[in-house]
Formats: sequence, C-alpha cells, structure tokens
Amino acid sequence: MHPFILERPSDLSAVLALRAQAGRNDAPVEYIAGGTDMVQLLQEYVRRPDRLVSLAGVLDDDIEIGPQGLRLGAAATMAEVAAHQGVVEQFPLISQALLNSASPQVRNQATMGGNLLQRTRCPYFRDVGYEACNKRAPGSGCAAVDGENRWHAVLGTSDDCIAVHPSDLAVALVALDASVELRGTGGDRSVPLSDLHRLPRDTPHLETVLEPCEVITAITVPATTAGLRSHYLKVRDRASFEFAVVSAAVAIETDGARILQARVALGGVGTKPWRLPNVETALAGADLEPAVLRQAAALAAEGTRGRGHNDFKIELMQRAIVRAVEIAGARA
Amino acid sequence: MPGAISPALAQAAGAATAPLDVSLRINGTEHRLSLDPRTTLLDALREHLHLTGSKKGCGLGQCGACTVLMDGMRVKSCLSLAALAQGREIKTIEGLAQGDELHPLQTAFIERDAFQCGYCTSGQIMAGVACINEGHAGSPQEIREWMSGNLCRCGAYDHIVAAIQDAAAVSSSTQGG
Ligand SMILES: Cc1cc2nc3c(=O)[nH]c(=O)nc-3n(C[C@H](O)[C@H](O)[C@H](O)COP(=O)(O)OP(=O)(O)OC[C@H]3O[C@@H](n4cnc5c(N)ncnc54)[C@H](O)[C@@H]3O)c2cc1C
Ligand code: SF4
Ligand code: FES
Ligand code: FES
Repeated sequence: MHPFILERPSDLSAVLALRAQAGRNDAPVEYIAGGTDMVQLLQEYVRRPDRLVSLAGVLDDDIEIGPQGLRLGAAATMAEVAAHQGVVEQFPLISQALLNSASPQVRNQATMGGNLLQRTRCPYFRDVGYEACNKRAPGSGCAAVDGENRWHAVLGTSDDCIAVHPSDLAVALVALDASVELRGTGGDRSVPLSDLHRLPRDTPHLETVLEPCEVITAITVPATTAGLRSHYLKVRDRASFEFAVVSAAVAIETDGARILQARVALGGVGTKPWRLPNVETALAGADLEPAVLRQAAALAAEGTRGRGHNDFKIELMQRAIVRAVEIAGARA
Repeated sequence: MPGAISPALAQAAGAATAPLDVSLRINGTEHRLSLDPRTTLLDALREHLHLTGSKKGCGLGQCGACTVLMDGMRVKSCLSLAALAQGREIKTIEGLAQGDELHPLQTAFIERDAFQCGYCTSGQIMAGVACINEGHAGSPQEIREWMSGNLCRCGAYDHIVAAIQDAAAVSSSTQGG
C-alpha cells in the first residue's frame, strides 16, 4: 500500500471537512467504510490516497420499514440487511441479491454505502501491471476492448470503457426505484439510484454524480414496491462466492397467469445497474407463457454491443429474464 | 498480486507515515501497539502479536484463511485495517480452546481428518464456528453455501462439511435442542 494518513473522525461534519479539500473521483483523500473493496484496491496500488477518512461510527446502520417504505442506513452491513425480517418479507429481492453476493465474512463487514460505490472487477482496472485503463489512468486507453472481455458489459459501453458495475444489490435496488440520500458540505439531497452511476462515455474515471465530499447516508425504497413477487437470478461461473456473469432482478404483480406490472433490471451486462423499461412495458398485460416471455425478453437486446468474448451475454441475459419471471410468477 | 508491483511503487510504499497508537482486544486480552496505518488486522496478529494461527492465503478477501471473529461475527482479517478494529472484541484460533480442552469443532476436524496441508484449517474452523452459531449448519447443502468464503486447495471439503455437521450436532445437544 501507498502510505496514507488514517483519519478517524467521530462525527459526520468532521468527515466532510476532511474530505472537502479533495478533487473529484481521483482524489488524494478517500473514504473507507467496511473496507472490503478499499483495502483490496490499496493492497493492489490501484488506489493511492494520501489520506483515508474512516466512516466507521459516523453513519447510522438502522433498518426501518414505515409507511414511506424501507430505509437502510448507509452503515448497515450486507448481512444485517439480508437477514432483516421485514426486508425478507416485504423486499425479498434485496435479501436474495445480498445473499447471492460475496461470502458470509465479507457480508458481515461490507456496508450499504460501500456496496453501491464498489469499483469494477475489470481485471485490467485491478492490475496496475497493465498500463491501458482509462478508468484508472484517464487517457491511457482500454485494454479490455480488444483484450479478454468475457466479463465485460454489452450495455451502456463506449470505446473508452466497457467495465461492468459489479454490485448485485444495486441491480435489485434499481428495479425497486430506490434512491440514495446524500450529505455534502452544501447540505442534503436525494438521488434516484438509476441516476447515481454515470455511463462511461469518454470519462470512465467519473463513475457517479457524487460531489467530491458527499457521503451516502441512507438508501430508501418506496413502499409501492413492497410485497411484489420477485426473484433475483444470478448466473455465475461457480455455484457460490462469485460475481455475476449475468443476473436478473425481477419483481412482478400478477392476476392469475397474467402479469399486471413488471420491473426488470440486469447485472453483469451493464456499465451501470441496468433497468429495462422496454421489456417491462412488453411484460405488462402479458401471459406467463414461455413464448410470450421470450418475446418480451428479446427487447433487452436493443442497444447491446458485444466485443467478442462477451457476445454470449446478449442471449444469456434474455434467458435469465425469462427464467426469473417464471420463478417469480410461480411464487405463492 | 504483490509480485506485479513495480520497483518504483514498492519504493514509494516504503516511506511510512507516522505510526498510530492502536489498542486491540484479542482473545480477551488488551494489546497496545504502535502501528503503521497500513497494517491490516491480519498482519497485526501475525507480525506484531505473533499469533500466527490466522493464515494469509491471498490477502485480498478471496480465500478465507485469515478468518477471525469480530464481536462474535466472522470477518476476513486481511480486509480490515487494524486501527479500525480498535474497540472490537477479536477472537482468533488461539483463543478457541478452553485451556487444554479443544472446541468441539477442533475435535471434529481431528476426528474427521478434515485437512491435508492444514493451511486453510484455522480459517475453516473459525468460519465453521460462526456458521454453527448463526444456525447455518442445518444440512450439507446449507453448510456448503455458508462456508463458500473458505477455499481449500487440498480439496478436503467433504470432511470439513462432515466435521461441521458433527460439531453442530454436539452444540445443539448441549443446548438441549
Ligand atoms: C471476495 C469478495 C467477493 C465479492 N463478491 C461480491 C458479489 O458477488 N457481489 C457483490 O455485489 N459484491 C461483491 N463483493 C464486493 C463487496 O460487496 C464490496 O466490497 C462491499 O460491498 C463494499 O462495502 P464496504 O463497506 O466494505 O466498502 P469500502 O471498501 O469501505 O468502500 C468502497 C468504496 O465506497 C466508498 N464509500 C463507502 N461508504 C461510503 C459512503 N457511505 N459514502 C460515500 N462513499 C462511501 C469508499 O470511499 C470506497 O471508494 C465482493 C467482495 C469481495 C472482497
Ligand atoms: S473496461 Fe474500463 S476498467 Fe476495464 S480496462 Fe477498459 S477502461 Fe479500464
Ligand atoms: S488471506 Fe484473507 S481471505 Fe485470503
Ligand atoms: S487442507 Fe490444505 S488448503 Fe485446506
């Protein structure tokens, strides 16, 4: 690790003051929460902050369900949220996505805020032995576009970056219209999760709309999405403890064998958590019949671009949607 | 991969920042240490406290060899900065037995021959203890899923699962259930 000064402030205003000195994303001052991603990136010299500001103890870890819906304090761990009875009963998609993420140890350490802001698993990004990575070193090129890109995105890509956003949680949350609560030196604001992450375009090093010193204080999920039939389907290279090759988060409301409304988002294929409004529209009013589902899921291919090794994802993601809708529809 | 680091980077990394006073509570004993802020909990245990039972397999959260309990919950000590573990109750494999009396899972690992080289074993046992306490040892399938954060290069998985089943049976019978 590059040497850094570790700050352990005891309240949020002190945190913001410490971070306010820094510039956007590639800042010499960075936050650390559970540390499960940050410590890896420090160990690999991918991040080299001069100063690391700990968020431990300054953000709440409350999990609350009220008339407005669900609120997850940014410091709540993946394990706590996954096991929370109210989440399991009313927002099972979130619990499933979390239980399909990482390992029990990591889930005990990792927080909600850190999960949404974890960095891509693109192997070129995480290995400083490769020079070309626009996300790590702006302007250096992209080793993945013509390299090993089996793990990379087919939606939302640019010629400058095709990295996948790796969070499973974010895929479930974006399907449920979640928002993040932010606090910065300029005050508080709320941003829909679908707007939190940016497309790479020609600035892949700018990953989110967060201002330099802003912290995520909470995640909120509207009550309107509680109690839907849902399923999180994760396709991966081994049965457990692996990132998604493709994942599908589906939540539907049905009337017998007919879908009234559907929410569909994909992981493993997008440069950000990817919601599919066109597939949702096609599913609304559709029968839970394989051929009908298949036709609706085909719309997910609109706008995709494979780069060779990852071409298979375009077909696989359609099948994942069909399977996830079928499983959700079969739930009591 | 540490091997991939260029000499220039390694040299820059040599310049340490001011050490921090860190107080760690390990297996019931308070330890006062002066640590470089970069020190992980795993390195603090192994290099500074000479508690070498916790192993470093990958240093990146991927193998589970470094698993310890923090406030009763299993974590990967290679992904924790030691200074941020201050105030937490940490238990390592060295603190598991009560005197000469092994923890039931330690006994079960011996009886089931649940290791070959032994490198992953302390991590497997600490994770297994947590797996049982959490109530995630109800069936072989459940154990496999909830032990997926611990890899064994020797492939002793079948015996590890059996040992955890044995110890889970002991703990449920001693709890009267
Ligand atoms: C072995 C392994 C396997 C994994 N597998 C999966 C998987 O299958 N699926 C999956 O989704 N994830 C997986 N992960 C990733 C894991 O979910 C993330 O590492 C974790 O969620 C990050 O949370 P943290 O609290 O540890 O964040 P940290 O590592 O502390 O921080 C991550 C980033 O977020 C920033 N940050 C943290 N909190 C805040 C906040 N409140 N406000 C502003 N900025 C903040 C930090 O500055 C940093 O840039 C895996 C991780 C490991 C180590
Ligand atoms: S895909 Fe993005 S993160 Fe990966 S090498 Fe290219 S620029 Fe870097
Ligand atoms: S050494 Fe910590 S998980 Fe491998
Ligand atoms: S016994 Fe050798 S790695 Fe598990």
